[in-house]
Amino acid sequence: MKKIFYSTLFAFGLFGYQAEAQPSDPPAKTQTETISITGATAHIGNGTVIPNATIVFENGKITQIGANVAPTGKVIDAKGKHVYPGFISANSTLGLVEIDAVRATDDEAEIGLITPNVRSMIAYNAESRVVESMRPNGVLIAQVAPRGGLITGTSSIMQLDAWNWEDAAYKKDDAIHANWPALFRRTRFGFGGGGGSEPNKEYDNQVAKLKEFLTQAKAYNAGKPEVENLLFKATKGLFEGTQSLFVNADYEKQIVDAIQLTKELGIAKVVIIGGRESYKIADLLKANNVAVLVSRPHALPASEEEDVYMPYKLAGILVHQGLLVGIENSGQMERMNTRNLPFYAGTFAAYGLEKEEAVKLITLNNAKILGIDQTLGTLEVGKDATLFVSEGDALDMRTNKISHGFIQGRDISLNSYQKDLYLRYKEKYESQKK
Amino acid sequence: MRKLLTFLLLSFVFGLQAQDYFPKDDGVHDVNTNYTALTHATIYVSPSQVITDATLLIQKGKVVAAGTSVNIPANSVVVDLKGKFIYPSFIDLYTDFGIDKPKAQGGFGRSVQYDSKKDGFYWNEHIKPETEGYQSFKYDDKKAKELREAGFGTVLTHLQDGVARGTGALVTLNDADNNNTRILQADAAQFFGFSRSVTSQQSYPSSQMGMTSLIRQFTYDANWYQNNKHDKKDLSIEAYLKNKNLPQIFDAGDKLKVLNVAKLSKELGISYVVKSNGNEFERIDEIVKSGLSLIVPVNFPEAYDVSDPLMASIVSLEDLRFWNQAPTNPAVLAKNGIKFTLTASDLKSTKNFLENVRKAVEYGLDKTIALEALTTRPASILGKSNELGTLKNGALANFIITSGDIFDGKTILYENWVQGQRNTINDLNFIDIRGAYELTVDGTNYKLKITGESFKPKAEVTQDSTKLATKFDYDNGWLNLLFNPSGLKETAYIRLYGKVSQSDNFTGKGQLENGNEIVWSAKQTEPNKEKENDDRKTKKTEVVAVSFPNVPYGFTEKQKAQTVLFKNATVWTNESEGILKNTDVLVKDGKIVKVGANLSDPTAKIVDATGKHLTSGIIDEHSHIGLSSVNEGGSNSSAEVQMEDVINSEDVNLYRNLAGGVTISQLLHGSANPIGGRSAIIKLKWGEAPEDLVFKAAPKFIKFALGENVKQSNWGIANPTRFPQSRMGVEQVYVDYFTRAQEYEAKWKTYNKLSAKEKQRTPSPRYDMEMQTLVEILNGERFITCHSYVQSEINMMMKVGDQFGFKVNTFTHILEGYKVADKMATHGAGGSTFSDWWSYKYEVKDAIPYNGALMRQAGVVVAFNSDDAEMSRRLNQEAGKAVKYGDVSEEEAWKFVTLNPAKLLHIDNRVGSVKVGKDADLVLWTDNPLSVYAKVEKNMIDGTFYFELDKQDDILKNISAERNKLINLSIEAKNKGLKTQAPKKKEKELLHCDSLDYEFLTQTESK
Repeated sequence: MKKIFYSTLFAFGLFGYQAEAQPSDPPAKTQTETISITGATAHIGNGTVIPNATIVFENGKITQIGANVAPTGKVIDAKGKHVYPGFISANSTLGLVEIDAVRATDDEAEIGLITPNVRSMIAYNAESRVVESMRPNGVLIAQVAPRGGLITGTSSIMQLDAWNWEDAAYKKDDAIHANWPALFRRTRFGFGGGGGSEPNKEYDNQVAKLKEFLTQAKAYNAGKPEVENLLFKATKGLFEGTQSLFVNADYEKQIVDAIQLTKELGIAKVVIIGGRESYKIADLLKANNVAVLVSRPHALPASEEEDVYMPYKLAGILVHQGLLVGIENSGQMERMNTRNLPFYAGTFAAYGLEKEEAVKLITLNNAKILGIDQTLGTLEVGKDATLFVSEGDALDMRTNKISHGFIQGRDISLNSYQKDLYLRYKEKYESQKK
Repeated sequence: MRKLLTFLLLSFVFGLQAQDYFPKDDGVHDVNTNYTALTHATIYVSPSQVITDATLLIQKGKVVAAGTSVNIPANSVVVDLKGKFIYPSFIDLYTDFGIDKPKAQGGFGRSVQYDSKKDGFYWNEHIKPETEGYQSFKYDDKKAKELREAGFGTVLTHLQDGVARGTGALVTLNDADNNNTRILQADAAQFFGFSRSVTSQQSYPSSQMGMTSLIRQFTYDANWYQNNKHDKKDLSIEAYLKNKNLPQIFDAGDKLKVLNVAKLSKELGISYVVKSNGNEFERIDEIVKSGLSLIVPVNFPEAYDVSDPLMASIVSLEDLRFWNQAPTNPAVLAKNGIKFTLTASDLKSTKNFLENVRKAVEYGLDKTIALEALTTRPASILGKSNELGTLKNGALANFIITSGDIFDGKTILYENWVQGQRNTINDLNFIDIRGAYELTVDGTNYKLKITGESFKPKAEVTQDSTKLATKFDYDNGWLNLLFNPSGLKETAYIRLYGKVSQSDNFTGKGQLENGNEIVWSAKQTEPNKEKENDDRKTKKTEVVAVSFPNVPYGFTEKQKAQTVLFKNATVWTNESEGILKNTDVLVKDGKIVKVGANLSDPTAKIVDATGKHLTSGIIDEHSHIGLSSVNEGGSNSSAEVQMEDVINSEDVNLYRNLAGGVTISQLLHGSANPIGGRSAIIKLKWGEAPEDLVFKAAPKFIKFALGENVKQSNWGIANPTRFPQSRMGVEQVYVDYFTRAQEYEAKWKTYNKLSAKEKQRTPSPRYDMEMQTLVEILNGERFITCHSYVQSEINMMMKVGDQFGFKVNTFTHILEGYKVADKMATHGAGGSTFSDWWSYKYEVKDAIPYNGALMRQAGVVVAFNSDDAEMSRRLNQEAGKAVKYGDVSEEEAWKFVTLNPAKLLHIDNRVGSVKVGKDADLVLWTDNPLSVYAKVEKNMIDGTFYFELDKQDDILKNISAERNKLINLSIEAKNKGLKTQAPKKKEKELLHCDSLDYEFLTQTESK
């Protein structure tokens, strides 16, 4: 009886998963017609704003932008509206999990402590309902990274309107992701919510393990090995400067140790994810060209005594220290919350960061950190026409209302399964009133 | 050696008899009726009655007389105690002396046990008043010695396990006799505690509030059992009733739990004596009001080792503070007139007891009160004031002999007599030989320096200022000294020994390195200047101020209501006036008294609100902040539990929520079971005690829950045994419970209609807290907030309501509310939902951010709530999302987090809008409150400011200055040689709907 019960549940779960896989609208077609957006306040993404701007793009690229540009092709009147470069999510798991609690839909982590060879890209579900819910908020590009272990795997950067992962891949295998060994181990919570954490006694061992692996990997990739080693091979780009190493680390000690190790091994591109205490060692980070992806500000302070607004202030503090700062979004319910990326930037703007600097966090800065700033991150001539039009300030939830979105010039759908349901029931209640 | 001697002395001189009627086959009758007279001592007959140069006369284990003119009979052994002090020995009410800790049963991998397996007893295995401590008592010599060395003579011991723990035995620490003599009272007190029995796997109660209500229900059941004739036996209740008139001792724990017991005490009419955990000073006013007697530990924490700055940074300010302030606890209790006893319980080692009591005295505890707390107070609680804790005529001869004032760090404990049996701790005739000496050996002069602790001194011998290799031992008056004089090979020792009879000079015999016998002498050149080590251990350091609550951001003084005039604000009234520009609001006596243009009041504090927005405070309909426990998941209904029992007024999230504009939160039970617990609706008056946070004007609420959580879908249980496991079963749970509630009410109605005479003849129905709660729902006296997700279950719940004639007041979460919003509107149910959460579990796959807008469109009262300590501090942003998703107007969207939750909670007559006559729960924002850029500038509740943005910099500065001070004090403590502990990081679990106190209910973590 129990067996039947569970197999029924299982089947039900599977059924549910398949049901998820139906997006509302198909991906947009390649841009064929020149498009001009006129009269908009253009937030360039580099900290500047052009009021009353015209933006022209053709064949997926921006060809003109400015206040005195004559529109050509199809004109979109955006008078009083705002145009932004498509927002870029760093260190996301979009498309890797559909429903958190349903294990069958979870593809975000692999077993093993060191798995640089696993690649997020091939598990990316281009037709995820969660992914499509990003677009109506202006989030158009995402780095998708595996989770779990010391070296979690290889990320790729995806554009969020595609038939399949292959089409979605914007930059394949851009980075290796690591979780720096934890300084503290959580002790079990006892009765009444008490509990705590103790220093991780394995810290030095784990750092040594990481170091040993990367040292061996470096040697492997420098020579001609007799036998192929997929783990070592996967890290090749780190030592050639073609891949970045993204390191999750919050504490000063972790960050210092991480910088020292990567320097020693000649890993040129390093990004710190989280970096809660990075403000304490800003000079070291600057000297080594290490950027910081701060965690979402919608978090509680790290301790009871910490400034109640510290999570809201961190980006501002780091930017003013002269660091390259972006936003990442890992944590609880991270996938569905990725659409709140603009509001994270807005929150940083409320607490110490200038508004256009806040825009920069999720446009040019994230593009730089992900190494895609040649083609994305700003509204500049020659870059991809990956951008959107918002009724108002897109960092404020009151006014983040997207009327048009483009990825590489393709006029993307802003519909979603969620919107379909909305319209379906809206109509139901409207017809009841008639 | 000394031990043996003591033993012989004891058995020879004082050997007491077993019972007269016991056979004796190992010798002749050996009855000793001699007296012992301890003369010329300073005697504390009681803490307040001290006589000097007095005699204590004892015989057959009891005090015969204590006084200055005591007649000493001829058959007396006289002990001269000139210069010594005699105190009654101490009594500890909270021990498990001689009773083994019960072993924990089972563990993971088993399925959860819901029903009791015990036959003939109460339905819950954690209630075991039938336990009798003495049954498992085995006298423990080793522990007895430890306790005697700490000054104790008598202890109350019980099995420290379970919610109702049974009785404890009163025993003396008398090594020489057997239990016939030692056990003064087999059942001397009845014990209770907030802890599950480790011997039981029964799931209920699985939380603090479950245990609290279990005690209530058990007590009601016992009273009912007593007042009615029963065919059936309940051995637990019978045992409880038998012991009802003994002292009732309750192991509460933390100060807030002490306050909980105070509440129970009032409700149940039982005066508990409460064992606390030593942080009562943090809520002293409320503890005073409780009127309870306490049993207080002195387990002051050791300083943190902060020598590594990186590690030091993880120690919380709260912990540093507690280390610094804890030794003041007994003094604060004493100064506030609280009656308390001291216990060695909770200490790492009993050896630290006296040292810590002395520390408490150093930190301001009055010596007389300290002595009372150790002697007369516990005696009086036990009803044994004539026998224990005193040295008056007829009392047990339980006393200690010391070198001086017992609370002085230098004072030595010599002897601890129990029932007339002498136990030596330190030799009474001990001679302290520390000092500098001129040592003469066979004509050669050396310098001898004796230092260290008096009973364990160290020696150093120097010859012409060269330090010599030395071995030294001083024990029982005998001195052994070996040293290697200069010029001789390393193995050549001069070996000296001698018996010391006075400290200024002594002599002895010995051998030179060549074996020649010699005599030696030592003449003191400088007396001892060293103090006992203990002194520096107890020395008082600077103590930082206690705040309300005693955590970071606590107020140094409780906040007070002010007359305040907000000038020139944009006021979001939530009334028909809409959003008013350039408007003034006057607040007086905690109420909004005027709203208009150009108001003035000379007595008011003026707040310039130009360019700012003034709103009523945010109301979070679904929150779990400020709680120490969330779920009673031990059964499928827990209608009897009360969240008010677990309000944690010290949770910094209350302050963080103030900083996000929240003024009122409904603290809900979790969603572990279909029928949850009763809500606590609180105002976030940071600094106030739990009871004062409760918003008394709010009606009664209860949490219900549907769907995956209650059917344990994500609990990771392989073989579920709890009903229900499907949505079909969930419905049946409600139908069953409400059917029983109707029957229950009918039974009472019938009974209540009886005449007084008939009532006497008729057994009364049993008072059932759970049923009582459900009856309140049936009668519209309690409202439901129901955790729900999918349309089928929402609809089902309303149909159950229709069937039993009640309205489902609020659906919370309600993410598919938009699918049945029309039905909800018809039923009259409100919806309190998340703005945009979805996809975290299967039942939210159809959740949409337009839910709020659609429900509103259909005529449902809509609120946005948090269920999350983080989100609740930016609910204004969540309301802003209603503008984005579904185009709700700004004015209406703002009501989602203010007026609408007020309506759902039926408190909109008091709060929820800016209207004359309503409570002054107001928030001043820097910007449009729905904007992501809006910050809280001021947060006022009942006319009192609880958060002010412009004060934050100073608060942060103070926090860091205090931290620095405490770090320095910690380093100082380490440098003084005090014991330290490794830095510990405190992590408080954030409580959500599905947080469980005990992990046994699930085998894996669940989200």
